[in-house]
Amino acid sequence: MSRGVKAFYLALIMAMMAAPLLVVAGVSLNASQSLRFPPPEMSVRWYGALFGESDWLAAMRNSLIIASVSGLIAVSVALPIALHLWSRGNWLGRVLYTLGVAPFMLPPVITALGFLAFWISADMYGQMPATIISHGIFLVTLPLVTISLGLQGIDRELVEAARTMGATRGRVMLTVILPLILPYLISGYAFAFVLSLNEYIIAYMVAGFTVETLPIKIFNSLRYGYTPIMAVISVMFVVAAVVIFAVIGRFGDLPRLLGAERARGD
Amino acid sequence: MSSNSLHATPGWLALLPAAVLAVLFLVPFGIMVGVSFAHRAPGGFFEPGFDLTSYARVFTPFVGRVIVTSVTLSAAAATICVALAFPFVVFLTQLGRAAQTVILVFLLAVLSLSEVIIGFSISTLLSQTAGIGNLLVWLGVIDAPQAYTPSLFALLVGLCYLGFPYTVLVLYPPVARIDPELPEAARVMGASPVRIFFTVLLPMLRKPLIGALILVFVFTLGAFLLPQVLGRPVHWTLSVHITDQAIFQSNMPFAAAMAVILLLVSLAMIGVTLLLGGRERGAR
Repeated sequence: MSRGVKAFYLALIMAMMAAPLLVVAGVSLNASQSLRFPPPEMSVRWYGALFGESDWLAAMRNSLIIASVSGLIAVSVALPIALHLWSRGNWLGRVLYTLGVAPFMLPPVITALGFLAFWISADMYGQMPATIISHGIFLVTLPLVTISLGLQGIDRELVEAARTMGATRGRVMLTVILPLILPYLISGYAFAFVLSLNEYIIAYMVAGFTVETLPIKIFNSLRYGYTPIMAVISVMFVVAAVVIFAVIGRFGDLPRLLGAERARGD
Repeated sequence: MSSNSLHATPGWLALLPAAVLAVLFLVPFGIMVGVSFAHRAPGGFFEPGFDLTSYARVFTPFVGRVIVTSVTLSAAAATICVALAFPFVVFLTQLGRAAQTVILVFLLAVLSLSEVIIGFSISTLLSQTAGIGNLLVWLGVIDAPQAYTPSLFALLVGLCYLGFPYTVLVLYPPVARIDPELPEAARVMGASPVRIFFTVLLPMLRKPLIGALILVFVFTLGAFLLPQVLGRPVHWTLSVHITDQAIFQSNMPFAAAMAVILLLVSLAMIGVTLLLGGRERGAR
């Protein structure tokens, strides 16, 4: 296979992956309230109109609150597990790691139904804290994987040296370990944030009728027909995700973060 | 390592996440399994009790058909995804780091997209007024644009779109870790690229490929909005029916019983992957 064939195959697949998003970006520019591609008349009026629609803004506010707080919860649960597993490597660490990545391996509807039953029993069904905590637990996987990867890259002798020089445990944590894993901490948070923003089924089951997030709002309006506002929101989601992952890719080692060990030595 | 104070964190600190995960992850699962045996409470959610009615309903032709539909759709999507993604990942890992990062950023962005947005985008792409029909008319292939959604075809396209970035990310680590000298040696010995692909790469990656097939299968099994947006009611999967029963039919016990079945199927499939050792990332 020549380089040309390979490049063509990569480009073809990437074009297929980009096509639906490009069409959505196109229809968001329709001047009239219709979804046509290519748009007969172009306008960016729907981007402005979004900020006049209070129910879309409320959904956006909900989504941003849920994503930013649940990301923090996910990181705070993941960090001690990753540290415990890294420094001791015992059964407790391995069990917790497995528990932490489990929700992500299973079809999310199962976790969602579990949370629904739990919040009904706890009498918190339909409240925003229930959505936030559920997302926080569901998304532990992402910071857990990234922080563990970051810890694997730390030279243990560094920590030992600091200890022999008389640094306390807290000081080693603050001045050696945390600064070294900070990029992985941040990318773990960013992964969790983006996924919470896009998560539908758990948010829907736990509080879908009272706490409307953006994905829920989009799906609810899909039933009543298409509006260019939906295309505008979709474009914003794509742009937000690309920007966040591009920042991770710019400042972090994305190939390594995704498991290509060899990329480190190259 | 004389004193355990050399550890980065005090041992008790692990008890905090342990308690959080036990209360907020294991307990909900326990409650769900309990609910699957509960009585249905008309007007409410459920009444505690031991009742096998919900499981009896799981083993009816209706649910059987739903399971067959879900499994067939996911198996088809997983097969297509792995077949397309395998060469894609091989070529991807041969690119420079900058180009790899750009493609990975885009695929991560698509992977993170809500199923609602993917469903909306694909239904727009396959619609009459904004879709590829216009392109086909312009090319002179068909006379008038038509809608290709909702249909089985649209749903399958959607599931493949959903599963493809995930497949790439699952296959990326094992392919990226292959020693590049092996295919290079085969090339020097005079093997053609196609021959290298089938006699070197494919046998080396047999286990990761089977693992990817299963993981993508389980991943698309979880799709729950695409069948509603792109498919017809006959294409509704188990995930859709579970939500429907829990939220709209107020039959939590039946929903929980179906979820338990889905859980067992998924766990069995993931267990097979772990046995294959196809996914060696994680606690090492």
